[in-house]
Amino acid sequence: MLIQTDSRPIPEVTRAADAAAPPARPPRRREPRAYERGAISDMDRKRPGVRIWLGIWQALVLAGLLVVALGPLLWLFKASVSSSQEILMDPFAMLVSGEFQVENFVRAWTEVRIGDYLLNTAWVVIGSCVATLLTCTTGGYVLSVLRPKWGALLSGAVLATLFIPNIVSLVPLYLTVIEMPGTGWRLLDTYWAVWLPNAASAFLVLIVKRFFDQIPPDLYEAARIDGAGPVRVFFSIVLPLSRPILGVVSLLTIISAWKDYLWPLLVLPSADKQPISVALPKVADTIPLNIQMASLFLAIIIPITLFLLFQKQFLEGAGTSGAVKG
Amino acid sequence: MTAEASATSISRTRRRSFRSWVTSGGVTKIAFALPLLFIFGYFSWGPIVDGIVMSVQNTNLVDDPEFVGWSNFEYVLTDPLLPKAAANTLYYAFLALVFGFPVPLLLATFMAELRGTRRLYSVLAYLPVIVPPVVAVLLWKFFYSPEPTGLFNTVLGWIGAGPFAWLNSADIVMPAIVLESTWAYAGSTVIIYLAALTAVQRDLYEAAELDGAGIIRRTWHITLPQIRGVLLIMLLLQVINTMQVFTEPFIFTGGGPNNASTTLLLMIYNYAFIDGDFGAATALSVLLAAFLGLLSAGYFVATRRLN
Repeated sequence: MLIQTDSRPIPEVTRAADAAAPPARPPRRREPRAYERGAISDMDRKRPGVRIWLGIWQALVLAGLLVVALGPLLWLFKASVSSSQEILMDPFAMLVSGEFQVENFVRAWTEVRIGDYLLNTAWVVIGSCVATLLTCTTGGYVLSVLRPKWGALLSGAVLATLFIPNIVSLVPLYLTVIEMPGTGWRLLDTYWAVWLPNAASAFLVLIVKRFFDQIPPDLYEAARIDGAGPVRVFFSIVLPLSRPILGVVSLLTIISAWKDYLWPLLVLPSADKQPISVALPKVADTIPLNIQMASLFLAIIIPITLFLLFQKQFLEGAGTSGAVKG
Repeated sequence: MTAEASATSISRTRRRSFRSWVTSGGVTKIAFALPLLFIFGYFSWGPIVDGIVMSVQNTNLVDDPEFVGWSNFEYVLTDPLLPKAAANTLYYAFLALVFGFPVPLLLATFMAELRGTRRLYSVLAYLPVIVPPVVAVLLWKFFYSPEPTGLFNTVLGWIGAGPFAWLNSADIVMPAIVLESTWAYAGSTVIIYLAALTAVQRDLYEAAELDGAGIIRRTWHITLPQIRGVLLIMLLLQVINTMQVFTEPFIFTGGGPNNASTTLLLMIYNYAFIDGDFGAATALSVLLAAFLGLLSAGYFVATRRLN
């Protein structure tokens, strides 16, 4: 219903593709220390007053970020190696009390079976990623390169779903998973119930299409003259060239599948299939506090490590997409 | 689905060229479109249409659906909990704007001036976004412990305030939940603004500087107007997202105390998955979506005039 009133968010939002596209990346960005000026000019930066203020603000903001963003996570680590008694009575007791219960992690692993839940999460994430990549690349290829006569209609239909709040489809999607109309397939309590709906991301399809749009058409022409059919072009030209955008799509899918809670809660009722997000709130009340904290800590190690390893890709992807994926 | 249908109708109207359609790669095009058609047909377009249809039906898992007119909507609109849940949802969205709009903007405009250390600040700001919401909520649930030895109560105790009941207090529960959500999501807004700020035209700064405008005035008159488009869209998207909030109130309080944190999505969840009333759940979903649609349309008309 909003399609007519608004066409702006798409160029805004799909700029990820532009930013990641090989031709769009200016080589001069690689040069070190070639900063573009902001509101503060180089001349300002030489003035002592500005320098002092800038320094003070930098320190304050950094301290604030450390306390607010990193603080809770550091505290979580501290709590996960403490006794429940200490967490409850004196949450700020530092490690001076001599307690350092590494066995909490072992207990979380064996008693709460955090390992099994992490494995389930891995299944959810990998399957969602594969399903999304398959849908986005083939769909993007049709919309951007093959361009059949009905392509405009298809791309409009994909685009339209961006403007319809997700909540409309929650209940019907659940019923679809219970029994898929026409086929009679029952996906409930199988990983397909998470994988397939996760692949229906209009935003990611459009990002990939945007990226494919920027591949020079001469390449296809040359391949066609050499006798390569559309399938060949897809596998030997389009896919290899689009590695950067496939990386962004994978990261975004992995993170959103890892964070997802409501949907896997609904469609994976058996405990032995549930990912860690769904399992944690259920077991939280039944285990000692320190084991709970250790479990929480084990649940964030992998995403945090991935983030620290692939900071650049994460931040680039987030810079243009977080808005839609939440 | 529709695309497939139109493709066959094209081939039917030009039967003579069907052969050439096949040899020119028509089948390949359809084959490449199949995953998209299958996934979107079953898991996006289908459910959207179903959602609207189901709102005027009585659906259960045993009998065939039966048309019931507006009765689902009547049922939902006369539910005594609805005004409370709607007010809570609006209150949540409002608080999320108050907490979550200025801070990322200030942080991003500041970070845009950093040289060399920008990555460090970005990583720190984005860190909470990587934490799965469930983990963040469970952790904060402990922070909000109402005991005097609870983490926040201890901190506030240092300056002589509290102890507060936090999630057990009908007055504080919503701000407390919003505070956690702001912590969890603000980082992604910061990064989006930062990306927009790198596209700001630099030469205007030079001109303003020559005219004697200070750093603050340059930011206010040059930086902000140039990222206004992104700001306006983010504002709307934030309202749309926060009005569909579920995980936080669901795990923090389950809607309590005394329904003080029951949101519309919690009501939809309860209708559908506790009461098994799919008609009422879809009716409320459609109402919420229609409201958000009207809100966005109005917003775009208003801001377009503004521009």
